[in-house]
Amino acid sequence: MIEIKNLHATADGAEILRGIDLEVKAGQVHAIMGPNGSGKSTMAQVLAGHPAYEVTKGTVSFLGQDLLDMEPDERACAGLFLAFQYPVAIRGITNAYFLRSAFNAIRKARGQEELDTLDFLEVLDEKLAVIGWDDSLMNRPVNDGFSGGEKKRNEILQLAVLEPKLAILDETDSGLDIDALRIVADAVNKLRTPENATVVVTHYQRLLDYVKPDFVHVLAGGRIVRSGGKELALELEERGYDWITEATTETAGTS
Amino acid sequence: MKRYVEQHRQFSSNGASQDPPWLGPVRDRGLKRFTDIGFPTTRNEDWRFTSVKSIVDTKFEIAKPTTVDEETVTKFVYDADAAARVVLVNGSMVSENSFVGKLPAGVIVSSLQEAVNKHPELVEARLGAAVSGEDNGFASLNTAFVRGGVFVYVPPNVIVNGLVEILSLIKPTDTPVVAYTRNLIVVERGAQLRLVETYAGVGATPYCANTVTEIFVGDGATVDCYRVQRETADGFHVASTGSVQGRDSTYAMHAVPLGARLSRHDVRMVMDGEGGQGTLNGLYLMGGNQHVDHNTIIDHAKPHCESHEYFNGILDGSARAVFNGRIIVRPGAQKTNSKQTNNNLLLSGDARADSQPQLEIYADDVRCTHGATLGPLDENSLFYLQARGIDAESARRMMTMGFGLEVLERMGDATVREKLEVLVRDGLETGTVKLA
Repeated sequence: MIEIKNLHATADGAEILRGIDLEVKAGQVHAIMGPNGSGKSTMAQVLAGHPAYEVTKGTVSFLGQDLLDMEPDERACAGLFLAFQYPVAIRGITNAYFLRSAFNAIRKARGQEELDTLDFLEVLDEKLAVIGWDDSLMNRPVNDGFSGGEKKRNEILQLAVLEPKLAILDETDSGLDIDALRIVADAVNKLRTPENATVVVTHYQRLLDYVKPDFVHVLAGGRIVRSGGKELALELEERGYDWITEATTETAGTS
Repeated sequence: MKRYVEQHRQFSSNGASQDPPWLGPVRDRGLKRFTDIGFPTTRNEDWRFTSVKSIVDTKFEIAKPTTVDEETVTKFVYDADAAARVVLVNGSMVSENSFVGKLPAGVIVSSLQEAVNKHPELVEARLGAAVSGEDNGFASLNTAFVRGGVFVYVPPNVIVNGLVEILSLIKPTDTPVVAYTRNLIVVERGAQLRLVETYAGVGATPYCANTVTEIFVGDGATVDCYRVQRETADGFHVASTGSVQGRDSTYAMHAVPLGARLSRHDVRMVMDGEGGQGTLNGLYLMGGNQHVDHNTIIDHAKPHCESHEYFNGILDGSARAVFNGRIIVRPGAQKTNSKQTNNNLLLSGDARADSQPQLEIYADDVRCTHGATLGPLDENSLFYLQARGIDAESARRMMTMGFGLEVLERMGDATVREKLEVLVRDGLETGTVKLA
């Protein structure tokens, strides 16, 4: 589905990603873990096309297309979705209007007919039923005055409605209590199919108890320094990140 | 200034015989105050960012009564089934364009000129009680020339269903004119009124609209006011709106200036009874060389009142906006809850906004907050919308409109809100607001 090769990226001239290699296939869940400042969120933002980052080297192929050559909206229309770590408030625009605009933009890009308000509400009801949520967030301005938990739920709600091929969840667990975490994780699991894939970016192992990864990668210093199965996450939980990052520094020093 | 004294002399002798004897001295006091303080200058703190030199330097004649066709009126009104509509042209009521529908018993909607004669007991004590003009040469000048305008009276516990519309149009011939409009709105205890005032101009000759509206909201009364300014690109608009609220009353003023070369609106809101609720909700949309200035004072004179003030501005070209929001909490006005925000969206590098909150708090158990922002569209918000599939141009348009919708959505009257939404959307799409 997505193939990242030797990805380098800078922000304000400082190199943050220093050669990421990662391949995610349909049906898989990958977890990207790592200490603060390791480049996890940068990687997520670079893939979504945030203009603050400059890709200096490497390639990303997404469903056979050159992802790096696409505008952020084109990436979304092609089926890439980023659940933001810090969702942004849009004043004056209701969640319902925003979601319908996004939904229709993606349909249009796929050559499908746009839906009017009533038809969209039907689709929305279906999606809400899948994840078992109500529509209490729909008539409020996008993320404006939302609590931390509501903002994260709103990201997952968008994920449910927009049905991307690849969902990147950037620290979706941060700031959630255990009940909220369970609700969010439960929805993410219900949305998984053999045709889509999920990349979970997280600092903690907690979320991975609920969204079980097939692969765990540890990011440090802008590079993936170790990959393994879900037992790696448990090991990290127990031992912290230092043993990996230190080992990596040593390796780097002797090579 | 001499010019205005001479105009006042002529004005007072013309048609003064039709006026009640108490009105002459009111006008004379207005003129006296004007000659004492004159037009404001930028040395005056309240006018620091707004020079009225172009008004002072223009030789305005007093606008003469004239008519407009119904088609022109239609562009500026909201509801064909309004409870009442009064159309003023050059300050004088034009009965052909005006109508009074089925109003409940005791409700009065008439010209001010008629009211000073027929209902002096309702008018005399209130004229100048909400806008004194003491600190503002334009308002005192308005008092010096008080004649044209609208009087609305709602007796106790009467609910006016439907909208009362006031349209004040100025139509200059070939020389610049000034028109004075004075509206007096009295809503007695327990009564309810929805009112829309629209100010607009016709033609391409410069003119000046000098308006004063005074609104009295009785105990437990509810008044919802809309004020839409759509003057032409050659028009000047100088206005004062004063309100005095009684106990447990609810008052909202929605101000939407879209036109004029220069517009200045002074809002004075006095919360004079416990438990009052007041809202000032404003949206300005300016482009080109337009200049807009809001000078608001919310005066919490009594305890347990709540006020909310929201002004959003969208500025393009080299437009300039000034916002000065003063909140006064008088001694003893405990449990006051007041919130003020002023957000300015600058769509061009040459647009400019100055925002100044001023809190004067003389009580110790109060909650007052204020905040102001100015800047271009937020890049992170833009990215967020794009990351959901919305292209950059649509995202920009959506965010800009959202800035306006945030204010429009606080408007309770759907007819007015929907029409304003169309005006704002058209204005943003064509780059300038369509004025006519």
